[in-house]
Amino acid sequence: MTRFHLGRWLRRAGSLAICLILWQMASSLRLNLGIVTFENVSLPADVVSAALDFLRSPKFFAHISSSLERVLAGFGIAAVVGIGLGLVIGRSRWLGDFLQAPLELLRPIPAVAWIPLAVLMFSSSELSMIFITFTGALFPILLNTVHGVESVDPRLIASARSLGSTRTAMLLEVIIPGAAPNIVTGLVIGMGTSWFCLVTAEMISGQFGIGYYTWESYTLQNYPEIIVGMILIGLFGMGSSALLRAAGAALLPWHTKDSK
Amino acid sequence: MTTHQRSFRAATGRIEANHVSIRLGRGSSAFEAVSDASFEVSPGEFVCLLGPSGCGKSTLLGALAGHIKPAAGVLSVDGQPVKDPHPERGIVFQHHTLFPWKNARDNVAFGLKMRGVKRGQRRLEAEKMLDLVGLNGFSGRYPGQLSGGMQQRVEIARVLVNQPRLLLMDEPFGALDALTRLRMQELLLDIWEQFRKTILFVTHDIDEALLLADRIIVMQAQPGRIHEEITVPFERPRMTEIIASGEFMRLKQHCLHLLHSDRRGDTLPRLSPLGL
Repeated sequence: MTRFHLGRWLRRAGSLAICLILWQMASSLRLNLGIVTFENVSLPADVVSAALDFLRSPKFFAHISSSLERVLAGFGIAAVVGIGLGLVIGRSRWLGDFLQAPLELLRPIPAVAWIPLAVLMFSSSELSMIFITFTGALFPILLNTVHGVESVDPRLIASARSLGSTRTAMLLEVIIPGAAPNIVTGLVIGMGTSWFCLVTAEMISGQFGIGYYTWESYTLQNYPEIIVGMILIGLFGMGSSALLRAAGAALLPWHTKDSK
Repeated sequence: MTTHQRSFRAATGRIEANHVSIRLGRGSSAFEAVSDASFEVSPGEFVCLLGPSGCGKSTLLGALAGHIKPAAGVLSVDGQPVKDPHPERGIVFQHHTLFPWKNARDNVAFGLKMRGVKRGQRRLEAEKMLDLVGLNGFSGRYPGQLSGGMQQRVEIARVLVNQPRLLLMDEPFGALDALTRLRMQELLLDIWEQFRKTILFVTHDIDEALLLADRIIVMQAQPGRIHEEITVPFERPRMTEIIASGEFMRLKQHCLHLLHSDRRGDTLPRLSPLGL
């Protein structure tokens, strides 16, 4: 068991090391492949030192906390709206038909395309940024919730009705737990896409945020800092998704036990 | 307690079906799953619905449970027409209808919870019911951690805890291996001897029907209809040895003949009996 785990961790560390070596080689040799060039890509060592500088800088906390607040606010609203709408659409064929067209139309619109309208619609840039991260998280959560509700076994619903289930109990004790694994999947993906939209959102910002920091570094030609910002976003996205997945597994013990 | 219940003869659980026809499917694919079925079941009687797949036996059961509305005719229990699903008409399916997110005890206690029974009381009653079906010590397990036979025991306990007038069973042991199936049949007979609930049991297994039932209603397919009623004469309590007796063989031959004379059912599409 432990040997198996050790092997897995070694494999993971190994793949990371290979990526780092390839990066180091490509940027130190100033590799130019014609269509793509590594001439302006910083060396890993430069990125590490830039990261250490950033960690020590007084602005670090402000950047991180404002990004976290935006993502959490956007994601939180998306979770409430997505799960709520998803439950309603999944349960009601009528509402599902009614809402399908506008939702299908809105779904493929990328976060960047929302920027102008978001700026025009919301009174503060903070709100428009939260809105952008919200659009990113909403659809994965909504669609997975609808799918989860629709995939609840009709025999379970029939059984619950035969056992005297009330409408509220049907929702709370049958539909929501039945859809819960899908809802958790939607939340995990939604958390990822929420971070994904962060740079886009923070293009609007004029002060703080990791996305803003990344974009600002580009305009100021601080090339190592661009990569620091990118890696930070990746780390936060990965970490928050992992946290959600762990919380899901803890909340749905029957699901994980079932699959073993 | 057992002797008290043995002496008690059920007064509720009379089923009457009067010229019942049931249509399944929508639009052009709609068809008559049950055609003009009439029968009666006395309180406390154990009746099997026997027939090939597609003969409408599960559909008839679903209608009695209240999940499907007949297109014509009346289904009633103790004089009351069946309208909606109700805990008084408990239904047990073949498998996978326990709530996977509730442990055995909470699955059994679900009906009590719906009736507003306090937590302590319903836990107590659920545990008692689990003991009755031989699942002492398994109350904390999730369905996914129980074998197929154990899951069916929980299903039976979950329905019995509501003190139903009838037990509707839709091939409840169909997914079990032969030995487990035999044990479950014995358990069911034992429970039935104790409680004397009316049981309507759907099966396509002739041996099972002959072993369990007071009476067998044989159905035929296309359209699903009642073909013949057979009274099963064996003494109770029944031993599994009767399977080897001459009378058993004779009745089995007869049932086989009835089922074999009906070969048109094979082409029927397999639809969910609840029309879901």
